Amino acid sequence: MAQYILKRVLIAIPVLIGISIIAFFLIRLVPGDTVTAMLGAHYSEERAETLRAAYGLDRSIIAQYGIWASHVLQGDFGYSYFTGQPVLEAILQRLPVTLQLTAMSIIIAILVGLPLGVLAALHRTSVIDYLASFTGLIGVSVPHFWMGTLMILFFSLYLGWLPSGSFVGIAESLIDNLRHLIMPAAALGIYVGAVVTRMTRSSMLEVLGQEYIKMSRAKGTPRRHLIYVHALKNALIPVITIIGIQMGYLLAGQVVMEQVFALPGVGRLAIQSIANRDYILMQGTILFIGTAFVLINLLVDILYALINPQVRY
Amino acid sequence: MEIIYRFYKNRLAFIGFILIVLYLLMAVLAPLIAPYDPYEMDRDKMLKEPDSENILGTDQFGRDILSRIIHGSRISLQVGVISVGISLLFGVALGTVAGYYGKWIDYGLSRVIDVMFSFPDILLALVVMAILGQSLVNVMIAIGIVYTPIFARIARGSVLAMKSSLFVEAAKSMGVSNFTIIRRHIIPNITAPLIVQATLSFAFAILAEAALSFLGLGVEPDVPSWGIMLNDGKDWMERAWWIAVFPGIAISLAVLCFNLTGDGLRDSLDPTLRNEVL
Repeated sequence: MAQYILKRVLIAIPVLIGISIIAFFLIRLVPGDTVTAMLGAHYSEERAETLRAAYGLDRSIIAQYGIWASHVLQGDFGYSYFTGQPVLEAILQRLPVTLQLTAMSIIIAILVGLPLGVLAALHRTSVIDYLASFTGLIGVSVPHFWMGTLMILFFSLYLGWLPSGSFVGIAESLIDNLRHLIMPAAALGIYVGAVVTRMTRSSMLEVLGQEYIKMSRAKGTPRRHLIYVHALKNALIPVITIIGIQMGYLLAGQVVMEQVFALPGVGRLAIQSIANRDYILMQGTILFIGTAFVLINLLVDILYALINPQVRY
Repeated sequence: MEIIYRFYKNRLAFIGFILIVLYLLMAVLAPLIAPYDPYEMDRDKMLKEPDSENILGTDQFGRDILSRIIHGSRISLQVGVISVGISLLFGVALGTVAGYYGKWIDYGLSRVIDVMFSFPDILLALVVMAILGQSLVNVMIAIGIVYTPIFARIARGSVLAMKSSLFVEAAKSMGVSNFTIIRRHIIPNITAPLIVQATLSFAFAILAEAALSFLGLGVEPDVPSWGIMLNDGKDWMERAWWIAVFPGIAISLAVLCFNLTGDGLRDSLDPTLRNEVL
């Protein structure tokens, strides 16, 4: 097992270096002088000189990458030229909202996707099965940001039940916090739930057709015990993986969703940095999201190997 | 023939295919079938509810929503064809070279593909747009870059499976050049999974363009793109729900029919993959 983990970590290292190279070159690809791009409206000769010295901008590109990488490894992502705030601080400040939205979306996806997938597999070619397949297809076809817009239209503007366009922290009021996050979480959760439904259904069908299930049935195991203990336990293995992978994709979904609901998360920070041409902040958020994505996938792979010894080839 | 029959028997996939044909016809015939000019503004018709004159209503500038949706299908079709074309071309080239030549070339290219896969798709597209600037051409390039690694991975896997086959070994022993082996013997044999992925990627491309334009970082604001229409609509939701609702239905339907057809093609081309999840 240790060998497998080591192998996966060793594969992740060059990918992380690759992400850092992309993030590093991002600013260099912007047309014009790098220092001007970094300072934007705050440009002055004095500041430009300080920046050139700090990041070795008069040295070779490899030396520049080395200096930048050592800054990043020490947690120095630079400063947002728009707000003057340290980039890492800005990201960490917004991270709880993104994490909470991810957690809520995953919970909704599991609550919807898992039972629907199991029911569809147990009642194959029935109305439930077609309903699950149809819901699954709708879930992956309808743009989630449009789903979010429709929810605002219906639940906020028409019914007036839920607030939209603002945010209340969990520390201020848990109820208000949940009321603000339930719509974006549901819009994202439906998409992930659709994928979970499809995976659960096909995984359950595969397990239900296996010899040991037939054997158990022949030995008189009660149906409920057979389905929920023997079959579901094994069918869940690929489902857990797909949920893990979706967690990474949720990071992407949130970039748009946080914008729709004006939520102060990392995704919105990334969009704002792009819209404001705040390149240092953009570099930081890209590096952060890319790294988080790789680490989540690494964790999922390791977890998958832990619960399914077959993958440790 | 058997593949076509299997595809035809898959009712949902066939419906999806028919819808794609209708969508293509709508895009091609847009100037003929759209009731109004999609750019024509009319102060007297601003935010008009759907009625017999403007079936899907008008937007904040008095432009006809139906006409803009019909013309918008051209934009999404253009984005789909060109961006999937870019991904297919570069992805297949990268994947084939990596799979065929192996060793350090494979290791190097595979890591490049891994790095591209490490960014959430929409974020990578946003970064490319931030560098290139806002325009329709740049949207197509950005989406093309984002989906290149998927094709590269599929091509690499298929080439790896194919390169140890007898006919490739035979061609090699006869002194056929690597380029000819790849072009004449390998590429034609890996087209099935690529066609399936191209169909599904078409759906992703429509969604990605809509998302970029919705965020105001996609095509130019005056272009009648479905994403731009959604972006306009969200600011007018309280007064005119129809601006945001109808373009969303158009996007969902287009994506749905490409998803249905892609799934159906996958089942028809390789029945062993049936029930496989996305």
